[in-house]
Amino acid sequence: MALQHSFFGQKFGLSENDLERYLGEALSAGGDYADLYFEYLATSSLSIDESIVKSATQGVSLGVGVRVIHGERTGYAYSDDLSAERILKAARTAAHIASGPGASGRIGLKEGPKRDLYTTPALDASGGLALRVQLIRQADQAARAYDPRVFQVQASYAESLRHMLVATSEGNLTFDEQPMARMGVSVLARTGGGDPQRGYSGGGGRVGINFFLTEKTPEYFALEAARQAVVQLDAAPAPAGEMTVVLGPGWPGILLHEAVGHGLEADFNRKGVSAFSNRVGQKVASELCTVVDDGAIRDRRGSINVDDEGNPARQNVLIENGILRGYLQDRLSSRILNAAPTGNGRREGYQHIPMPRMTNTFMLAGQSDPEEIIRSVPKGLYCVNFGGGQVDITSGNFVFSASESYLIEDGRLGRPVRGATLIGNGPEALKYVSMVGNDLKLDEGIGICGKEGQSVPVGVGIPTIRIDRLTVGGTE
Amino acid sequence: MSLNLEELAAEIVSRARRRGADGVECLIGEGEEFSASVRMREVESLKNAGSRSAGLRVLVGKRAGSAYTSDLTAEGLDTMIGSALELAAITSDDPFAGLPEPEELGQLSGDLQLWSGDVGSTGTTRKIELSRAAEEAALSFDPRIQNSEGASCDSYQGRHVFANSLGFVGSYRTSTCSLSVVPIARQGETMERDYWYSLARGFGGLDDPAAVGRKAALRALRRLGSRKVSTCKVPVIFDPQVARSLVQNIFEAVNGEAVYRKSSFLAGRLGERVGSELLTVIDDSTLPGLFGTSPFDDEGVASRRTVVLEGGVLKSYLLNCYTARKLGLKTTGSATRGITGNSSVGHGNFYLQAGTHSPESIVKQVKNGYYVTELMGFGVNAVTGDYSRGASGIWIENGELAYPVSEVTVSGNLKQMLMDLEAVGGDLEFRGATASPTLLIREMTVSGH
Repeated sequence: MALQHSFFGQKFGLSENDLERYLGEALSAGGDYADLYFEYLATSSLSIDESIVKSATQGVSLGVGVRVIHGERTGYAYSDDLSAERILKAARTAAHIASGPGASGRIGLKEGPKRDLYTTPALDASGGLALRVQLIRQADQAARAYDPRVFQVQASYAESLRHMLVATSEGNLTFDEQPMARMGVSVLARTGGGDPQRGYSGGGGRVGINFFLTEKTPEYFALEAARQAVVQLDAAPAPAGEMTVVLGPGWPGILLHEAVGHGLEADFNRKGVSAFSNRVGQKVASELCTVVDDGAIRDRRGSINVDDEGNPARQNVLIENGILRGYLQDRLSSRILNAAPTGNGRREGYQHIPMPRMTNTFMLAGQSDPEEIIRSVPKGLYCVNFGGGQVDITSGNFVFSASESYLIEDGRLGRPVRGATLIGNGPEALKYVSMVGNDLKLDEGIGICGKEGQSVPVGVGIPTIRIDRLTVGGTE
Repeated sequence: MSLNLEELAAEIVSRARRRGADGVECLIGEGEEFSASVRMREVESLKNAGSRSAGLRVLVGKRAGSAYTSDLTAEGLDTMIGSALELAAITSDDPFAGLPEPEELGQLSGDLQLWSGDVGSTGTTRKIELSRAAEEAALSFDPRIQNSEGASCDSYQGRHVFANSLGFVGSYRTSTCSLSVVPIARQGETMERDYWYSLARGFGGLDDPAAVGRKAALRALRRLGSRKVSTCKVPVIFDPQVARSLVQNIFEAVNGEAVYRKSSFLAGRLGERVGSELLTVIDDSTLPGLFGTSPFDDEGVASRRTVVLEGGVLKSYLLNCYTARKLGLKTTGSATRGITGNSSVGHGNFYLQAGTHSPESIVKQVKNGYYVTELMGFGVNAVTGDYSRGASGIWIENGELAYPVSEVTVSGNLKQMLMDLEAVGGDLEFRGATASPTLLIREMTVSGH
């Protein structure tokens, strides 16, 4: 696709000459490198609460970010107005990070290789708003019908389409049109006048409305949310202290995101501030553990054709049979560390500087039968659903909060227990993984990762695993 | 420019009315941000830019629709109005939807000291100097501090404009600036990081950069050599920084949205004793210069002071007009929203009222317990009150801070924790829109070995 046929060429008349001029202005004070990130983001969302469609919102945000790198320094400015005058002003502001003679000469932008990981048409408005209203009504009805103890249901549906263009002073020109859709259902249940309990389920990805009609229906998410809330009604207080923990497949992969993923982001490692700094080649997990980050899986929430610096996403091996293999790079870090780009330079939007970020992070499947893993535990905890997590990348301490867990007694699942936070240390925790299941599952597509004030969509995944020692923060 | 944005908001309201909306609310925000960061004594990044956007909510009968745009051209605004009206045709009649009653509209007069001219006039060089000075103070504080995640000087100034179809038009300017440092302390193979910061409405209000750097260094150093403890039930002290998060948990439980959905452990308990006599919590959006202050809320209702908890008794929820109607109560002027959408409930300066004890004397009361300086993760359930979070801090032995403890959790239930509030410090300081002094909770489970 030539620039003149691209979204920004068509809608804003953006030409190669314009891009050359803006990049030239960005390097006018002698920076080593400059890039432009054009973004046009259209979003819409609907929600139902108390069986009333209370809210519906649509909107558009657009802008361009100009970055100049000089040595290890970054200058950044942006404009939400795509007029030449305003973009040139932003370019001059960013240029000031350097102070020297400007570069001259034409860059000669060339479009990078294309691929398409997103099955859905970029703009699938089929069925219109009425169909989307129907979906959240179906979710509301299904959750209420699940059990008479369900008394509150909220459901939401959101979709977005991000048009982006990256042009770099090294001549790379890249476009992408990134779809995203997500449904979420939150349910409260209670028995008589007792304490209510909450259940939540949701999912989606780089998909359109069709995904929710054919693959994962509103009923699928509604019943799962209602099931979780009802299960919690019988939950006993959670145990406290160190114990054997079995994680179920899928979303519990948030363990990997917190315990190792963030600590392997290259910015922290080039600065020597991560608990994993200078540990490539060392053993950081049991030999049963191979962990990858893969931004190139079709239709997943964390997937991207190209990252926000124009590099193609790919699979990167982080830990191979327990040995630390590599870091997640953005352009700045890969330059300083003299490493290849890994396609992990991401940003929340045009107002933000790219950083190394995860995409879809998961552990490869092992050999064990999941049932056999549970049977192997005399006394422990089986955790199948989680809320969020957090990590201190310097000490390596991380937490993630279980929202649905069961006691394991003599190899059998026992009572559900109430929510509890699990805590461990990143470079140590995975050394205690003693069994890895053959049931790798990726999550449903709800992950949002926050770092230094920027949010990006991510995925996680894991097979059933047994961790011999982890601290569980219950009360008993 | 300011006058123009107010006029523009009023114009958007009247255009939406002409196109068929019965009720209209319009919000316009504009802002300019600046950031200068320094790492290991070198400039790491400079960022400077401004942006504007507009949001609109319309009511057609009792149906609401919302839209936003960062394209403030006539065409962009027309599209926004069309989108909001289109959406109002597909939402449901909500008998409680509406604008405030006309007599509820209003705004505080006088200078609330939310904007300081020095935020715009302070130059880049000065901002870099502040970051450098703060980081230098941390790096040169102790030989165990040889690395840093850097120091950052950030500033923001902006304008917030709101208009509705009942004739309310208001706007106010705000500014903030901050200076923060994140040093890394090392001892053998282990590293610990911590941070400190100063936040003010203007550069004149910032703390001395060297003091900010030294405090950050001290906080990182005191974490070195940390150990885990055996699982036990002990008294727990929350330092003011982490006590703020407890106050935030209380806000989530008195938030009218959680209350009408019965997804709060404080729903239905108005007038009841829910905490210790020492527990008094105030929401006050009228305090000049503070970070939760504004002349009016995001529905055009005047800001005010609300006593939320007094001597442990639940006195008021925080409400916008919608949640107030749902509960048969009056708005507390607590409406907030992003650039668009139905309003939700927020807080002003939401704080736990200071007691009389010095933090040192509270530590002295504890024979064997945990002084928590950091909390991690999201393990708080506002529906049930279940509380379980990762923690770091210092173990207390015989009334003295003895040694650092990390990689443990503290857990309990908020219902019991509020009743178990045993001492409140006199060290209340506003370092953001929520604030708390040092707090002592009689007993919580610390989970470790």
